[in-house]
Amino acid sequence: MHISPVLWQFLVKWLTASALFPREASTIAPYMDALYFFLLAMTILGLVLVGALLTFFSIRYRKERNPVATHIEGSTLLEATWTIIPLAIFLVCFVWGALLYFRIYSPPVNAMNIYVVGKQWMWKAEHPGGQHEINALHVPIGKPVQLTMISQDVFHSFSIPDFRVKREVIPGRYSTVWFEATTPGTYHIFCTQYCGTQHSGMIGEVTALTPDDYQKWTQESTSGMSLAQNGERLFASMGCNACHSGSAAARGPNLAGVYGSKLQLANGSQVLVNDAYLRDAILNPSQHVTAGFAPIMPTYQGQISEDGLIDLVEFVKNMPTNYRVQQTLVTSQSDQTAPTASGMVKP
Amino acid sequence: MSTSTTTILNLPDQATATLPKRNYLNAEHGLLSWLFTGDHKRIAMLYLFSITFFFFIGGAFAGLIRLELLTPQPDLVASDTYNKFFTMHGIIMIFLFLVPSVPATLGNFLIPIMLGAKDLAFPKINLLSWYLYMAGGTFTLAALVLGGVDTGWTFTTPLSTHYLNTHVITAATAIFIAGFSSIFTGLNFIVTIHRMRAPGMTWFRMPLFVWSNYAASILMVLGTPVLAIAIVLVALERTIGIGVFDPTKGGDPLLFQHLFWFYSHPAVYIMILPGMGVISEVISTFSRKRVFGYTAVAFSSVAIALFGFFVWAHHMFIMGVSNYSALVFSLLTMLVAVPSAIKIFNWAFTLQKGSLTFETPMLYAFGFMGLFTIGGLTGVFLGSLGMDIHLTETYFIVAHFHFVMVGGMLMAFLAGVHFWWPKMTGRMYPESLSKLAAVTTFIGFNLTFLPQFILGYLGMPRRYHSYPQEFQVLNVLSTAGATVLGVGYLLPMIYLGWSLKYGAIAGNNPWQATGLEWQIQSPPLTENFLVTPIMDHEAYDYEWLAHKTEQEVTTVG
Repeated sequence: MHISPVLWQFLVKWLTASALFPREASTIAPYMDALYFFLLAMTILGLVLVGALLTFFSIRYRKERNPVATHIEGSTLLEATWTIIPLAIFLVCFVWGALLYFRIYSPPVNAMNIYVVGKQWMWKAEHPGGQHEINALHVPIGKPVQLTMISQDVFHSFSIPDFRVKREVIPGRYSTVWFEATTPGTYHIFCTQYCGTQHSGMIGEVTALTPDDYQKWTQESTSGMSLAQNGERLFASMGCNACHSGSAAARGPNLAGVYGSKLQLANGSQVLVNDAYLRDAILNPSQHVTAGFAPIMPTYQGQISEDGLIDLVEFVKNMPTNYRVQQTLVTSQSDQTAPTASGMVKP
Repeated sequence: MSTSTTTILNLPDQATATLPKRNYLNAEHGLLSWLFTGDHKRIAMLYLFSITFFFFIGGAFAGLIRLELLTPQPDLVASDTYNKFFTMHGIIMIFLFLVPSVPATLGNFLIPIMLGAKDLAFPKINLLSWYLYMAGGTFTLAALVLGGVDTGWTFTTPLSTHYLNTHVITAATAIFIAGFSSIFTGLNFIVTIHRMRAPGMTWFRMPLFVWSNYAASILMVLGTPVLAIAIVLVALERTIGIGVFDPTKGGDPLLFQHLFWFYSHPAVYIMILPGMGVISEVISTFSRKRVFGYTAVAFSSVAIALFGFFVWAHHMFIMGVSNYSALVFSLLTMLVAVPSAIKIFNWAFTLQKGSLTFETPMLYAFGFMGLFTIGGLTGVFLGSLGMDIHLTETYFIVAHFHFVMVGGMLMAFLAGVHFWWPKMTGRMYPESLSKLAAVTTFIGFNLTFLPQFILGYLGMPRRYHSYPQEFQVLNVLSTAGATVLGVGYLLPMIYLGWSLKYGAIAGNNPWQATGLEWQIQSPPLTENFLVTPIMDHEAYDYEWLAHKTEQEVTTVG
């Protein structure tokens, strides 16, 4: 932003008050708006230039004033000018836009994670602490929030205009978006990708709260079970612990501490274990056989819902030792809190 | 402007003038003579009528959409019906109007004449193209009558393959068939332009209208088959579940997006390039000057066509393509904007030191220049990666592509229809009414779509049946504009229809233009030229024309 901050504040306040401009409620918003005003200025300049040329020539060279046209073949200099100058301006737009894109789509490492599942026609948010919300999302201000999103059926798209963020929510793969809210308040969530009959009904509200209020909200709306705990139950009930027992003689690899590590696969390649990999390894195990293990794991395609997969992933993510697996071997019922990973943000 | 007689109209004496006794319109009689014709001009007229018919059907859906959006509540129709409205609007306008409009009507009529040929290379394939177009149109109407389809014109999977019980296959068939019409038209043009130019008609003596249709034809021939493949895969996925796009079977829903946009982005250039050709002709004629930098304009058409194939993924910046491929596609998108900028400035400088008059086609061309400039520059917003995140899938994008395709293309189409109407029918239309229509269209258009840019930045998503209260004011403005726009489109229907019987006799060259088509009688003979013309001058050579006016036109039968 190279506009004077005072002028900027004034401009934004005036525009917001006139309802021609969305509120700026995230840290990204001012950057987006700066680019917007640059592009707007470029458009108006271009339009004025073309308009001025047309008007001037129309008056100066109309038939009454200029009965005989002069033959002009062209001008390499002029044509080079209007090739190079627009090209330069467009390249500035490209670089500026690319910098902004990388800023919006590269979550900071300290971001807290919330899962979002899109389905016809609702947004389901799942906080790590087990809070579930439908068509609503509570977030604290002043803290980067990353959304890990997936669709259970068709393409959806998660958009918060006042935060200037949007990302497609895709069936079969996780996509992420992050933001840091700056102003407490409620803002629209829209589904912007056409997704069938109730597309325009797939809207919600994001509520940005002060950290204290957010703390209060998480305590009041908890279901008592964190996602990792739900995952732990599921892990036991699906019989995963039979193979992934964590012991040396187990038929499946030890999952403790696997999240975030580089894994050697049987086909010789190496993969980074992240949310997407874990999900895919549960659904299509035959394509992700860990080196040293037989390809005996059955597919769980169609047996676990996206919500359940999120729980499982969250369980594996938060499993730095194989203590929990040993426990679930003993009993498939647990009401104890799963141990938390060092990086996990406690709600 | 209207009182000062700026007109250069060169009409014959109306008291004695008659239409030529023998021309392509009266060469044969009866419905069958039209349905089995091989004459490119008659086929062009068949297209003109059928395209106009579909334009007004598509326009009616646009009207219904705007009417529903007058209020935030879903009060006019149910959401399913609304979704069917915008799907029909999209399918009809894109596949049955915008893609074929200029090439199939004006291009069909003019390209052989402009090249000095008697017909297109393959007259029967040309007729077949029209039948395919009509078959595509019939399937579209069938999908509509049977209960509609609500996929949106983009047929996004897995919505279209697994989640809708409407007539997806019927609509897909329609697009598949109509696509072949477009492939054949492109093929016909390419062969004609390569093989059938008259003696002396070198590549760089061709009118720019031919150049731009040539570039569009390349896109039609190379791009449309990919759409056909994507559509077939959708149908197979829907019927037997082959799983190409289904993630639960190892398919990839993004693959459909790649295939679809590989055609549908170049399709934008299939729509706009021929329109740009029209603008070159019109601006040159009413400036009495050769187009400024003819070669640059010709090459920029080809450049747009080539670059146009490498920008499709800019429709997927938020869809999970890798950040680096997004970079590449954003850069290429910026590059494709440059030839468009070149064209705009070349047209503007064509006016310089010209001798300008402002007949109706010129007004439409000026409208095109203004609206296309806005449309093009707002495209840079969407090509700019970060900005795209906020703007895509909102009304901003709706406004942007309507500026390019409706503001640009449709203005160009109307400019062309008015420009060549005297040649096609032998008659003029009422000048003041047509100017009124041009101005009404321009005002109505801006009132309709400018508010949508603001709506988009505010965040209103596209394809919304109901919307939050705070967006209403701008939506009301937009609907009011659409009403004005509707009047602007109905007016030409009325007076052009009227002129068919009562219009003044136009004569051979009412605008005193230089193209070969203006050197033959209006309406032309079935065989266009009695003697093969020899092109002995550059395109747009007004000095040649000045010497020629003294001589008798050689080709009147």
